[in-house]
Amino acid sequence: MQTRTLPTVDADAAAEARRQLAICNICGYCNGLCAVFSAAERRPRLADGDLDQLANLCHHCRSCLYDCQYAPPHAFAINLPRALARQRRQSYARYTWPRPLAALFTGGGLRAGLPAAGVVLAFTLAVVLAVPVEVLFGVHSGPGAFYQVIPFGVMTAGAALSLGFALLAVGMGLRRFRQATAATQPAGSPGSAAGRATLAVLTLDNQAGGGPGCADLDHHPSRLRRRFHHALFYGFLLCLASTLVAAARHHLLGEAAPYPLLSAPVLLGTAGGLGMLVGGLGMHWLRRREDPTPTDPDSRGADTALTWLLLAVAATGLALLALRGTAAMGLLLAVHLGTVLALFVLLPYSKMVHAVYRGAALWQDARERDGT
Amino acid sequence: MLVIGGGAAALAAAIDAAAAGASVRLLDAAPPALLGGNTRHSRNFRCSHDAPTPWTPDAYPPAQFRADVLRATGGGADPVLLEALVQQSRALPDWLLAQGVALQRPAQGPLPYSRRTAFFLGGGMAAVRALADRALALGVDMVPGCAAHALVLRGRRMTAVVTDQGSMSAGACVLACGGAHADPAWLARHWGAAARGFVNRGTPHVRGELLQWLLAQGAAAAGDPAGLYLVAVDARSPAHDGGIVTRIRGMPLGVVVDRQGRRRHDEGADTASTRYSRWGQRLAAYPEQTGWLVLDDPGLRAAPAALYPPLRAPDIASLAVLCGIDPAGLEATFTAYNAAVRAPAQSDAAAGWRTACLDPPKSAYARPILEPPFAAYPMRPGVTFAHHGIAVDACTRVRWTDGTVLENAFAAGMLMAANLIPQGYVSGLAVSISLVFGRIAGRAAVQAAGRPAAPLPEPDQGHFERAEPDPAGPVT
Repeated sequence: MQTRTLPTVDADAAAEARRQLAICNICGYCNGLCAVFSAAERRPRLADGDLDQLANLCHHCRSCLYDCQYAPPHAFAINLPRALARQRRQSYARYTWPRPLAALFTGGGLRAGLPAAGVVLAFTLAVVLAVPVEVLFGVHSGPGAFYQVIPFGVMTAGAALSLGFALLAVGMGLRRFRQATAATQPAGSPGSAAGRATLAVLTLDNQAGGGPGCADLDHHPSRLRRRFHHALFYGFLLCLASTLVAAARHHLLGEAAPYPLLSAPVLLGTAGGLGMLVGGLGMHWLRRREDPTPTDPDSRGADTALTWLLLAVAATGLALLALRGTAAMGLLLAVHLGTVLALFVLLPYSKMVHAVYRGAALWQDARERDGT
Repeated sequence: MLVIGGGAAALAAAIDAAAAGASVRLLDAAPPALLGGNTRHSRNFRCSHDAPTPWTPDAYPPAQFRADVLRATGGGADPVLLEALVQQSRALPDWLLAQGVALQRPAQGPLPYSRRTAFFLGGGMAAVRALADRALALGVDMVPGCAAHALVLRGRRMTAVVTDQGSMSAGACVLACGGAHADPAWLARHWGAAARGFVNRGTPHVRGELLQWLLAQGAAAAGDPAGLYLVAVDARSPAHDGGIVTRIRGMPLGVVVDRQGRRRHDEGADTASTRYSRWGQRLAAYPEQTGWLVLDDPGLRAAPAALYPPLRAPDIASLAVLCGIDPAGLEATFTAYNAAVRAPAQSDAAAGWRTACLDPPKSAYARPILEPPFAAYPMRPGVTFAHHGIAVDACTRVRWTDGTVLENAFAAGMLMAANLIPQGYVSGLAVSISLVFGRIAGRAAVQAAGRPAAPLPEPDQGHFERAEPDPAGPVT
């Protein structure tokens, strides 16, 4: 009888994730760390849809690599955070709508940032070419100042069209994801599960290593990534709130932007922008300092591209606020709206989709827990 | 002070000694990636408690702990050491939490109900990392990849330890480097040619060099060198370190045969988790220490998941050829077995099926095994630990055959566990023994190192020095 070791390297991400999770399902030592391990035990077949569900349930807390007695250099070579990150990256492309645009996910490294950079540049260039120089570089003040550079109709139509298409594309992707990842066993009611999934999104309680914290930089428990993500996420929500309040003031009260420094839109946007800056820079710092072992090298490009885009949205927004009374306002407005447009347009084709699929995976998981 | 070993016992000894102010160096034979010995493969530890805790439901009174160990070990446990284990196990959860080790709550992930044991969150590796971090924070000098070979003795006092990196003098030492079962020569000495058929489930670094040296010098042995705790594992497992996932568990769902295709034991007699070790012991007596669990298709689907896929064939004869089993023998066994199967009289519960007039019988779950394709898992005994080690006194000093003890050399963990488990086992006992006696040995070693020796050592001989107390204070 020959001693046989399992193949350690597999060209196929799904086969490798399946190989590793099958071992996890026998061991089970990590099932207190996060939801992934109990979910894998409920889906022992580990079919392709199961793998996508588990990969998107994984919050990349990385603890299970350092807690694994079978991690490299062991012959079993278990590195689940990396295997699931790889599976997750490929799952984004798998559910993309329309399908040909899945190619936007294949760019690694610097190439992953090209689409966003292209949108920002194209929009800025279009504004520079379309707006007369004396208007673009003039000093504008009072209500409607922004709309003297970019007309209100263009701004709202651009936002509505880009966001509308993004939501349609994300919705189609979500539909495909939910069909592929639906559990074969009975699941609980969607209502109460949705509440718990929302709570899981808002608290990121799966990004806690089961309590002590995640392996953000190395094996030492840490809460840095979770806190930076919170800063980024809640900062983003505050900016969204700022936009909604501004829209309400415009349409309901007939008050056109820009608003005074101590108004709700400016305060919410400033707080949100600062939160996004802190969170984004923190995430970026973690990425540069972390032990790369549990990270999928091919996912880094998309991760970095999204962080930079969010940082650009926040930084240009804050700069616009600071310099809105000067001649730089026109160009800053163009660049800021360009970054927002890029975020909207690329929402279905950037790392931003992780929010959609992770939310769906958490919802599905909550239902499965109810069902068992 | 020197600590030899890198598992739970060594780390506990180093932590308690360093917290008490000692200057501690820890030598582990394994490279850094394998720090932790066989604690890496552990998950839970046994601890007595009188009321529910966040980590353990209900209660586990000391008297029950004592009775469980005595029953499992045939009454062979040293009563003084057992009492220390049972009483001091109570403090383990709090002590571990204070060192930064995280424990898993029963509601957190699907844990088997256990009022007797508490679980490490993330398993033994997570505990090892946290304990090693704590030891480092307390100033313990950790030296991985450095094995100890012998002690330098002056009378009954240890003055130095001979290591890969030369002789290191010390005021006291704690030996916590496990048993000898990863050494093929040692296994062969006690098991003969059969030892070649064994798989080592744990670290390849428990080669028992220090244990064998001590015994040769006159240290008293505990337990039985031929007593191994064996578990049935997949015969294709790695030679070392396969751990928990290599076990084969589905014996009640099929039949177990040897190379001649013959059944030797009742597969239905034992369906509790004790069956793993029972089959490990049985396989040790099989020709070439190899047996096969043979299942039909429904049996395979009902069997617990296994690391490697089974060998599969459309009929019994081809399966036998594939496995290297005698085809005629296997076919005869199946014909006789299926003819002897009797359905339960009242219910159709799977457990009620049994064989009639078959030797050996299958007394439960004896369903017909008829539906192709057929599947077989090759199995071998997997060595988990040896019921053999160094005899120690109540404060874990190494005992000598002449009735004396080494004044300043202490043994902890699996190196001395045979004092408590000369045979048998109950879950979570090894980690509890390692932690409790690691702590006892670490604190006793600090005392022994501080005591002036006779004759007085030369000034340059003491590696041990009184360090400033740790700002965090001693941990209790």
